[in-house]
Amino acid sequence: MSPKHNIPFLERQSYRRRRLIDTIRMLPVIGAVLWAVPLLWRQSEHSGEVMTSDAIIYIFMVWLLLVVGGGWLARCLKRSDAEETEQGH
Amino acid sequence: MGTLNILVGVCLIYVVFLFLIAFAAERAALEGKGGWLRSPLIYTLSLSIYCTAWTFYGAVGYAARSGLEYLTIYIGPSLVMIGWWWLLRKLVRIGRSQRITSIADLISSRYGKSNLLAVGVTVLAVIGTTPYIALQLQSVTVSFDVFSSSYGAELTEAAQGSNALLVAAGLTLFTIVFGTRNLDVNERHHGVVMAVAVEAIVKLFALLAVGIFVVWGLGGGVSETLARIDASEIGQWQMRGDRWATLIFLSGAAFLCLPRMFQVMVVENEAEDHLRTASWAFPAYLMIMSLFVVPIAVVGLDLMPAGSNPDFFVLTVPLATGNDALAMLSFLGGFSSATSMVIVAALALSTMVSNHIVMPIWLSTQSVGASVSGDVRHVVLLSRRISIGAVVFLGYLYFRLSGGGTALASIGLISFAGVAQFLPVLIGGIFWRGATRTGAFVGLTVGFVIWAYTLLLPSFGAGTLVSATMLAEGPMGLGWLRPQAFFGITGMDPLVHAVFWSILLNTMSFFIASLVGFPSPLERLQGAQFVNVFEHSSTPQSWAGSLAQTEDLMVMAQRIIGAREAQNLFEREAKRQGMSGLLPEPSPDFLQRLERELAGSVGAATAHAMIGQIVGGASVSVEDLMAVADETAQMMEYSSKLEAKSEEQARTARQLRQANEKLTLISEQKDSFLSQVSHELRTPMTSIRAFSEILRDSDRLSEDEKIKYSSIIHDEALRLTRLLDDLLDLSVLESGRVNLNMQSGSLKGILDHAVASALTGAGADKMRVMRNATSEDITLHTDLDRLSQVFINLIGNAQKYCDASAPNLRIDVGRSNGALVVDFIDNGRGIPKAEQAVIFEKFSRTGEQKVKGAGLGLAICREIMTRLEGAVEYLPGQGGAAFRVTLPEEVALAAQ
Repeated sequence: MSPKHNIPFLERQSYRRRRLIDTIRMLPVIGAVLWAVPLLWRQSEHSGEVMTSDAIIYIFMVWLLLVVGGGWLARCLKRSDAEETEQGH
Repeated sequence: MGTLNILVGVCLIYVVFLFLIAFAAERAALEGKGGWLRSPLIYTLSLSIYCTAWTFYGAVGYAARSGLEYLTIYIGPSLVMIGWWWLLRKLVRIGRSQRITSIADLISSRYGKSNLLAVGVTVLAVIGTTPYIALQLQSVTVSFDVFSSSYGAELTEAAQGSNALLVAAGLTLFTIVFGTRNLDVNERHHGVVMAVAVEAIVKLFALLAVGIFVVWGLGGGVSETLARIDASEIGQWQMRGDRWATLIFLSGAAFLCLPRMFQVMVVENEAEDHLRTASWAFPAYLMIMSLFVVPIAVVGLDLMPAGSNPDFFVLTVPLATGNDALAMLSFLGGFSSATSMVIVAALALSTMVSNHIVMPIWLSTQSVGASVSGDVRHVVLLSRRISIGAVVFLGYLYFRLSGGGTALASIGLISFAGVAQFLPVLIGGIFWRGATRTGAFVGLTVGFVIWAYTLLLPSFGAGTLVSATMLAEGPMGLGWLRPQAFFGITGMDPLVHAVFWSILLNTMSFFIASLVGFPSPLERLQGAQFVNVFEHSSTPQSWAGSLAQTEDLMVMAQRIIGAREAQNLFEREAKRQGMSGLLPEPSPDFLQRLERELAGSVGAATAHAMIGQIVGGASVSVEDLMAVADETAQMMEYSSKLEAKSEEQARTARQLRQANEKLTLISEQKDSFLSQVSHELRTPMTSIRAFSEILRDSDRLSEDEKIKYSSIIHDEALRLTRLLDDLLDLSVLESGRVNLNMQSGSLKGILDHAVASALTGAGADKMRVMRNATSEDITLHTDLDRLSQVFINLIGNAQKYCDASAPNLRIDVGRSNGALVVDFIDNGRGIPKAEQAVIFEKFSRTGEQKVKGAGLGLAICREIMTRLEGAVEYLPGQGGAAFRVTLPEEVALAAQ
């Protein structure tokens, strides 16, 4: 383990960065869960089935959410990297 | 037929355009102006080779057949990209730090640079990719046919085959030209990547154009299209949950493990930063690619006559509505998808085949070794080119043999399931240090056997490779081994069944074999390097070589990475080592770096073997290191023993030298004493002889004169006697034949007597003696006469030799460590250090001979004291000459 793991308290910036990375790590999990939702939908044999157009809209909304979320997080990460470099970390 | 001619023309123009783009990119990279070539955008676009003709044409067909299931193929990779921080980041870092050239190289590197494993992975990758290449050839060929007037009628196989052959030849040529122009140490191909990126844009644009045309041109807007979708035969959510989950997993796994994906994602990666952009941009690309698939499928199903192939709706729908230009664009999109996939796949596979199969075989046939043989660089390039040709030809062969009948999607999925077998080994290798080569080998074997048995062989149809009875009843009637119902679990979807069991058993056997086995040291080192890639980037292996070999290394490196590159590298290294000239020391560090550079061209295992050949087996494995460490420990032990011995010898030598010095001194003393003795004896003898002659020959001597002369003779005779007595005394003492006359008496008494005796006859210069009466009040039991003799001698010496103007002598009596000590300290100059060592020797006299004496006194004193079990020694540092007489404890005690 690298020595920095042993530091109990971090600067605010480094702390933020770690949480940012946590979010990045969490994003695919969120995506997987959301995309697993169709498993719960009823099959067409039953009444009240899900229409394909609704399914398309749902799945693509999840996609859009992940892309936008991922893009925003990547941007934040880049900024945080830049700040760290500026500070000579 | 006119359309077809235009089509061929457009196609050729497009290909020329791609060649030009690739050339421009190569040139720009060569001139160092290719900054824009290394942008994250190009990287993202190059990833789009994931979307092959299967996506472009097949997705629509897939949607027309199974509804939204096609989305799983894009959801899996999207999740993998979004989760880049978990896996891809590490993969890319490892790929860069270890100069990985392919997925086979990665796996072989991780598991101890095992070439066997590399060969296995390569063969499996070829098996898994060949159907996929066949699929691309098929799609291009069929799309040509779509434009021909004869579409719909049965095409002659020969015509199809010749089309496919042309396409295959063209792709081979392109790949060879841009994939093997040079042997780059980083194995990056700017031309290919650039062309792939352009093709990515073309196919996206084409699909979007068709989609927009369908939705707004034919469908009448978004809401109406959605309504149309719901009204169609795929209008209701019909999804088997197991397929949904399995396919998402499968596509994600394949995204990581496909050789061509690994090539663009890890090997061609220019900077880790690019991954950050691609992490969201590539999912966006996939999303847009799959956005219009369902509308196209639904409109196609509506529009086209029943029974037409939905796989080519992307082409047939515009054609049927009279939009030839759009159809042309769409054709170019499909063409781009197919060609870019074949190019990159052929490139990736050829690297693997050449590095892990051809080169090792070629090297092993070169018994003389890499340094003497011909141009390795040439051989590598040639083997690459042949491999590219072979891979594409294999695809063509598969296409011809399979007849191109199977639906595109099913071939793709079988291929996916095949390469997904690498996943457990790959993930285990970069996250689990305990993964071993045996485990990897067992896991891969199990996975592939099950994949082939449950999915690949049955895919050719019952009765071809697998008999119908075997499918229904299992091999030799073993029902639980039925290819599509393991352990009697029936009712599973065949694909889900195959993926589930192959991946599960693959993982389990990999895990168990890893647990049971014991990895070699190299595996363990590599494991640590891979798993902890972010914590250390130190080198996995060290080499040892001698300067003589650097030249051979240079010769070899020039052949592999090119003369100028090699010279630059060597010069840089020499400079780094602080040496002038071109040849650096073959330090382990340098060999390490060289191996990595070479690994970029020929793969880690081959580079390792080549350097090993030249450095002459001086490759230091950990076993060797351990042996060396053992030897070193032994040598250190030995040398410390030697050191101890040599120290002992040095000590002995020092002692011998001292002894020798002493002996020389003594010998000199003896010589001088002999001359002294002769002189001492001669002087009285001369006077005795002279005066006795006078007495004998002269008659006219007065009585006084006679008496005078007689007394002189008498005195001289006495002197001689005294001298001889001393010598005799000493000889008796030394021989140990002396008899001690033990008596009791007071120390004070003895000292009184000694002082009185020693100072008798002294004149005006009689020295002052200082004593402490109380301390002398001790009764002794010893040979008092002999002790007294010692005291007399010491006091006499002080009287004789003390050169102070007011000489005095202090006699201290005390106790030291229980023993009785009597110190005689005068205030003279003392005895020089050089002579202190010899004053107790026989015949010793201090330098200046101003006082007569035979030099036997102290020697006698020492002998006496030894007999009395005491000692007499010189006491340095007391201001003058000082002697200490030590008497044993019992001498004093016994008397009290």
